[in-house]
Order: sequence, then C-alpha cells, then structure tokens
Amino acid sequence: MKVTWSRRHVLETDDWSREEIEHVLDTANGMLEVLSRPIRRAPPLRGRTVILFFAEASTRTRVSFELAAKALSADVVNITATGSSVEKGESLLDTARTLEALGGDVLVIRHGSSGAPYFVAQRVGAAVINAGDGAHAHPTQGLLDAYTLRAKLGDLAGKRIVVVGDVLHSRVARSDINALVPLGARVTLSGPPTLLPAAWRCGDLPSGVGYEPDVDRALDGADGVIALRLQRERQEAGLLPSIREYARTWGLTEPRVATMRPGAPVMHPGPMNEGVEIDAAVAHGARSLIEEQVTNGVAVRMALLYLLIAGGEPRLIVGAEPPTSIAGGEPPATPLPTGVV
Amino acid sequence: MTTFDRRALEAAGYLVVPGFIDLHVHLREPGFEDSETIASGARAALRGGFTTVCAMPNTEPAIDSPGLIAELVARAKAANAARVLPVATITRGRKGKELADLVELAAAGAVAFSDDGSPVDDARLFRSALEYARAADRPVLEHPQDLALSARGVMHEGRVSADLGLPGIPAAAEEAAIARDLALAKLSGARLHLQHVSTARSVELVRRAKADGLAVTCEVTPHHLALTDAWVAGDRTVAWEGRPSPRATPFDASTKVNPPLRTEGDVRALWDALADGTIDAIATDHAPHASVKKDVEYDLAAFGISGLETALPLLLGGVDAGWAALDTVIAALTTGPARVLGIDVPDDDWTVVDRAATWIVTAAGLASKGKNTPLLGRELRGRVVMSVVGGDVRYEGDLRAAPLAVR
Repeated sequence: MKVTWSRRHVLETDDWSREEIEHVLDTANGMLEVLSRPIRRAPPLRGRTVILFFAEASTRTRVSFELAAKALSADVVNITATGSSVEKGESLLDTARTLEALGGDVLVIRHGSSGAPYFVAQRVGAAVINAGDGAHAHPTQGLLDAYTLRAKLGDLAGKRIVVVGDVLHSRVARSDINALVPLGARVTLSGPPTLLPAAWRCGDLPSGVGYEPDVDRALDGADGVIALRLQRERQEAGLLPSIREYARTWGLTEPRVATMRPGAPVMHPGPMNEGVEIDAAVAHGARSLIEEQVTNGVAVRMALLYLLIAGGEPRLIVGAEPPTSIAGGEPPATPLPTGVV
Repeated sequence: MTTFDRRALEAAGYLVVPGFIDLHVHLREPGFEDSETIASGARAALRGGFTTVCAMPNTEPAIDSPGLIAELVARAKAANAARVLPVATITRGRKGKELADLVELAAAGAVAFSDDGSPVDDARLFRSALEYARAADRPVLEHPQDLALSARGVMHEGRVSADLGLPGIPAAAEEAAIARDLALAKLSGARLHLQHVSTARSVELVRRAKADGLAVTCEVTPHHLALTDAWVAGDRTVAWEGRPSPRATPFDASTKVNPPLRTEGDVRALWDALADGTIDAIATDHAPHASVKKDVEYDLAAFGISGLETALPLLLGGVDAGWAALDTVIAALTTGPARVLGIDVPDDDWTVVDRAATWIVTAAGLASKGKNTPLLGRELRGRVVMSVVGGDVRYEGDLRAAPLAVR
C-alpha cells in the first residue's frame, strides 16, 4: 500500500482521513517491533532535534515523547514550565520566537490554553505536535487509544466505544472522538449533564457520537470503555454535588463493565483516581488495557515523529533495507501531493 | 482639499448620505494610548464615514467627573476629526458600587451614561441609576451581561465552543441581563438603551418591551450582523455568502469579542430586528487593542474588534444580499442613533460612499491604531471616500476614479 504523508503538524485529527489515521497506526506497528528489540533504538532520526515544551505539568506524556524520540536516536531538549522563563511571565509569542531561534525539527507542546499549539505552529518553522492543549485536543492520546482498541478489537467499523466522565474539560474525549469516528467506530458519551458541553448534551453532536447520561445503559453491549479523569475542583465549581455521588453514579465498577460485550476492554488515559472514576479491581482487572496504552503511546509517538521528520517511507524502519542508509541524511525528497492516496 | 459639492458627487455616481453617528466607540485615551488615541480614533471614524462618535468612559481614569469630560472635549476638538460626544460612567470609577454624579456630569456635557464593558451587577443600584438618569434627561447605555453565567467564557457557548474546548458564554447570559434591565426600566420610566444585542431571544425581548410601550432602544454591531462563531474555528464565510471562503487558522484572537460572535440563526434574527425597527441603531463597539493584548493565547486575549473602518462595507454586503434595505441601514447609522441620544442629526455632516470600490483590509491601511480585526487580508466592497463635518471636508479618500454605476 502506498500512502503519502503530507501533514506538517499534528495539532488535532479532526480533519484527518481514515487513511491517514490508519497510516499512523500501521507505522506504529513497526515501531512496536523496535521497542521489542533487546536494544530499543533505531537510527532514522539521528542528528535531529526534538524539543519538548511543556508549559503545564505532565510526567507521563512528556516521558512517553522522550522515550519515543530517543528510540529513534533523536536529540531531545526539555523545556518545562518550572525552570524556564515561562514562569517569569514570558509571553507565548516570545517563547515561540525563542524556540524558533533555537531551531529543532519537531516541537512537542503541552499548554493549558486551548489552541496554543496552533498559535505556535504559525510562528515556528519546526513541525509541531500537540501534546495536549487546554480542553481542546490531545491527538497523540486519541491515536494511541485508537491503536490500542484496534489491536484488541480488530477493525473498529461499527464498534461502539463508551467515553465516560468529565467530557466538558477533557481534551482526551475530543481527540478520542476525532480518532475513533473516522475509523468507523461510534462513540457514546456518558457523564453528568454539567460535565458535557451544552450543545452536545442538547443533541448537537459530532457525527458518530451520542450522549447517554445513564452509564448503565451506555455500557450495555458496548465494545469498550474509556474512563476520563475527574478533577476534584469540579465539585468546588458547583458542577457536581459530590465526588462520592459521582463515583456511585458514573464510576466504572465490575458489575457495570460486565454488561459490555465479553472481553470488551477498559481504558483510562491516566493518571487515575481509583475509587472515583474507576474501581481498582477494574483498573487492574482482566479487561484493563491501561498498561498497553502506555506502551502503545510510545510507539504511536515514534510513528508521528518519524512521519513528520522523514516524510514517511515505512520500509526505512521495518523493511529489509539497513536503516543506516538514511542516518544523518536529508529526509527523502518525496513529492507531497495534498491528500492521501 | 476640495469643497463638498453634493450634486456633483451624486452626479458622479457616489452615494451621499448624512454623516453616520456611532453610539459606541472606545478611544482608549486617557490611559491606553498604545491601543488608540482620541485623534487616531476620530480619524478612523471619518475613514469609516462616522462624523460623530460616542466615546465610552472605560478609560484610565474612567470618565466619571466633569473635569475629565472637559478635558476629553478639548482634546477631541484639537484633533479636528470626527465629533466626539462624551459618555460618562454610571458608577464612580466604573466599579459598580456607588453612583457617579450623574446630574453634574450631564451638565458638563455627558450625552449618556454607561459602565460599558461591565454591567451594573447590583440591580438596586442600577434602578437608582435609571431614575437619576431620567432626572438628568439622558439615556443609560447598558452592557447586558450576567457575569455569573458568562463566567470565564471566551466565545459563544454552542457547538463550536464544544468542539474547540473553549469555555462558552451562553446566550442566556445576555438574555437574563436584558430581562432584568427591562423590568427595571419599567419601574423607573427611564430611557434604557441596550448595547450590542447579539442573540435572537435578546431582540425578541426588546421587541415585546417596545410593544408594551417601554422607552427602550438597542443597538447591534456590524460584526454581529456579518460574522458567526464559526469564525473562531477558522471559518471565514460571511453570513450571507453562499460559497465558503478559504479557512484560516482556528483560535485566532481577532475573533474574540464580547458579546461573542453568535450563530447563523442569531445573525438572521438580528437582521430581521433591524428591518422591523426593533433595533434602533448600528454601532461599531470599535474596540482597538495593541497587538500585545491580542497576539496571545485565545483565553488570555482581550475582547474586542477594531470596527470603525470596516463597518459600512460589511453592512453593504448584507444590503446587496437582500437582508435589509439600504434606507434601513442608513437610518440605523444616522437618525436611529440620534433618536437614542435625543439629538438632531447635525445639519451639515455628510458621508460620501463609493459603493462599487473594492479594497483589501490591511493593518497599514487602517487609520486606527487597533489592527485587531478578523477581516485583515479580506477584500471588501464599498468604501467611504469623503467625510464632511459641519460643511468642512475632514476626510477625503480616493475620488479620482469615477465609480461604476450604483447598483
């Protein structure tokens, strides 16, 4: 299969085709193979620099990107909110100019403001990967969730995945929708009405998405469930009567997940509040793919870094050719038609 | 400088109409001269065909004393551009705690009172303001917004805000405030003017209040008549355009304005309300900002669109699309706002329009210091070529090329 990669950035997958998403997931398959080697390292991004700019606290996602970049032999530079001038009130514009001056092939950005990666992408020459922006998007999480579900369930066409919890504030929920729906899955949102965007709650939903406030009905016969993290501040903000009531009403318990199809998986983007949105027995039970999500996250991020820098020639990684053939060289000058064949 | 010869200009195909009156501009001086000055704002007004503008008092210091009004009037006179009518605050320091000296402010030249940018949240205080304003024979220009409902919102709450993960400002934040304001206007019998109404239900509330005989008026902005919340997501299609325009990058802070850009249904309802007289005036809410306030993350950006110089072509677009008659739009820019203020349209103020001229909006081409408009780079049709204040030609644009026949 010949697929041409034409994306300059990974900001959100809301305008991606099924073929593009599948191409990333297929590329991630090869990356998982690299990660299974005794020495988890391939050379295709040697001499390339990946800057991780995290303006919001994150350990998991940052480490995942760092491992991904290092597994492809890229140099990694970390800029975090603590320890950089962001804390001193440096503006995002100034930060973008500085990052541009520093160079770097890929800029991975995590930011508390929805849309911040778009702002930066307009102002730097590097490829930008959105590692989570406000309540907007977290496309690498959406893609790794799609990868994990596809690995477990096969073709996602017609599969029904439940996303339960604080959808209003969740960038993961939006990116899960934007990665799963193009693959043919249907998404059922569930959670308290105050934690759903008003338009979605009132029926104006993205295509392929529904809302079922009753989590028991939502889970009945579902093909999988993704629980979202519940921030405790939501109660103080008047959006919830109590965390206890939330756990009783929407928390994933063993009897609840048992109503899904046999073997239907349970996922969570982490970090979890065990006993709130998910019971420990479910989080660590037979249906849980939460650890797989972490491993797959590295592979999917490797795939994206590779595709953004090298333009995508899958054989360079997984094929018979020695990968050293491109080490340190220019990216292959493949023609970049718009769209994907 | 040429003299103003109405007949010759009309013979050449220009549209000549009375000078426009804008009930709602922010000139930013004193205090925020990096965003706009009285002189630059009054010049931008003339470029847009506005020969009279009402300056909102949310400056630093806020215009809440007779001395500040005198200073504002003097500076505006020195600028020798558009007429600037001072609006004074409703509450001292615009803090919403105690009334400003409304009678003295009126005597000093304040044409109206407004805490624009903030509503007067305390209903009892607002009732007092209305009663005092009635005694001073001035309208109260109220910014209707329920602050608890709008909360941290940065755009219209709807499908687009849901998809973008941006906190929304529900239409109800405006409608609930209008319902309160109308009830208080009825109590006081004062002239209540509602600023920048933006939703279908807002104009429906005003329509019913007018039918009940209340002395209520309202205004709408050109951007709320032309743009929708889809612009925040990068759509650049004007409401009446059949074909979508090329998309821009989402989250562009030039689309951030309060009240926020609403939905297509709201836009339609606003035009209907303009056509049936529910809306009395078109006012720009010209809100210039220095780039440091706008070239930031969407949620941190200041609210506001620089609107004086693009108002007329936007409105003419709606006229050309058949959404309102030209006469209706011109009345809402002239006699309508004059009636709100209780003044006469100045006799010898004129605006000359080349309806066929097309031009591209550029930062350098705007006289305003505020370049914050989502229309940058866009081609507009219709342009003010001359503005006349008291018989004096104070702005003259490109009059060399005779315009094409007026449609």
